[in-house]
Amino acid sequence: MSENSAYTVSLPVFEGPLDLLLHLIDEQELDIYDIPIAQITEQYLAYVRTLRELDLEMAGEFLVMAATLMEIKARMLLPSPSAEDGAGEEAEDADPREELVRRLVEYRRFKALAQRLHDLERQHMLTYPRVPQADGEQVSDWVPVEGVSLLQLVCAFRKVLESIEDEHVAEVIREKVTVTQRMRQIEYLLDRGEGCLTFVRLFRGDRTRLEVVITFLALLELIRLGRVRCEQKRAFGEIRIFRARGGDSHGEG
Amino acid sequence: MRVRQLRAVLEALLFSSGEPLSAERLAEITRVDVEQVRRVLMEYAEELADDARGILLVEVAGGYALRTKPSLAEYVGRLELPRVAPLSNAALETLAIIAYKQPVTRAEIEEIRGVRCDAALATLLARRLVREAGRKDAPGRPFLYVTTRQFLEYFGLRDLADLPPPEEFEAAAARDQVGTGEERE
Repeated sequence: MSENSAYTVSLPVFEGPLDLLLHLIDEQELDIYDIPIAQITEQYLAYVRTLRELDLEMAGEFLVMAATLMEIKARMLLPSPSAEDGAGEEAEDADPREELVRRLVEYRRFKALAQRLHDLERQHMLTYPRVPQADGEQVSDWVPVEGVSLLQLVCAFRKVLESIEDEHVAEVIREKVTVTQRMRQIEYLLDRGEGCLTFVRLFRGDRTRLEVVITFLALLELIRLGRVRCEQKRAFGEIRIFRARGGDSHGEG
Repeated sequence: MRVRQLRAVLEALLFSSGEPLSAERLAEITRVDVEQVRRVLMEYAEELADDARGILLVEVAGGYALRTKPSLAEYVGRLELPRVAPLSNAALETLAIIAYKQPVTRAEIEEIRGVRCDAALATLLARRLVREAGRKDAPGRPFLYVTTRQFLEYFGLRDLADLPPPEEFEAAAARDQVGTGEERE
C-alpha cells in the first residue's frame, strides 16, 4: 500500500452509468428508443468487470445500473400478461425499457447543454476582465492567523496524522484529491452556513496520510491567500477556522 | 454634464470597477438620466469596436463591463495571468441542470445524472456559480439551488434568457408529440 497511486490507468472516463450507456448506444449507432437490451447489458457488464479487474474505484451507481439492466432483460424474456387482453396501448406501456429510455433521453439533453456551456466558457475565456487589485493576492500587514502560530498549527496537524497511523487503514482506494479541490471543499464547508470549522473537523473523512497532508496543505494555502483565518481562544484549546472577511471579494449573486 | 465628459466618467467607472455595472447604477453615480447613459455607452462601444482599440464594452450579468477583445487572447495569454481552471464535465453537467431547471434540489440533479453530485455541487458553490435559495417544501426540506450573477459573468451572459436555447428539449418534445399522435390513430 506504500506505493499506492504509483500507476494510473487511462480508460475512457464516464460520468456515470447513464453516460456509459449513452456511449455504448452512440458508438454502435443504436436507436435509443429501441435498445437491444441483451446486447447492451452484456457490453455494460463487460465494462464493469474491466473496472473491477483493474481494481479501479467504481461508483456504486454502476452496480445499481447493472442490476437494473439485468432486471429489464429478464422482464423482456417473460410473456407480457397484458398482451392477452388485446389492448395494444397497455402492452406498450409495459415495455420494461421505458423508464430507462426516458432517463437516457433526459440525460442526453443535459449532456448536450453542458457541452454548450463548455463552448461558452471557452469563448468567454478568450476575453479578460480588468481585475480589481483587491481580488489578487494582496500582500498586507493583515495577519490571518489570530493567536495561532504556524507551529501550533503543525502541532495540531501532527496529532491528526498520528491518529491516522494508529488506524492502519487496509485498502482504501479513493479518488485522488488535489490541494485545489480540497481548498474548494473547505471553502464550501465554511460557506455552507457553518461559518466556522474546528481544526479536527477538517480532517474528518481523511483516511490516508496523503489525504491528511493534502487537507493540511489546502488549509495553509487558504491562510496564505487570506481566504480563511484561524483562532485559538486558549492555549492548547481548539483551533477554529473562519472565513476571512478580507479575502471574500465576491458578491452574493 | 457634457456628453464628452460623461463618456470619460463612464469609462473611468467601468475601468475601476472591474465588475459589471448596471445602467441604473451608472446613472445614479453620474446623476444623469438612464437613457442618456445608455446612449453614451452605445457610442462608446462603437468607438471601442475600432481595430486600433484593445478592449470591448460588453453587456453581461445585467450590466456593462470592459473586457479585452477575444482576438487578442493570444497576446494577453502570454502575461500568464492567474485564471480559474475550466469546469470539469461533472461540474458542467450539474450546472447545466441547475441553469435550465432552477430552482432544483440535489436529489433532482442526481436523478437526471444518475450519479452523486456532492463534489460537483461543492465546486460550483465554492466558485459561487450557484447558490442555495431556500428549501423545497418536500420531505427532508432539501435545499434548492439556483444560478448566481457570477454564473452569468463567467459565461458572458446578459441574463438567463441569454442561455443557449435548449433545442434538444424542443426536438425531443416535438418527437414525443408525434409519438402520441400516432398512438391515437
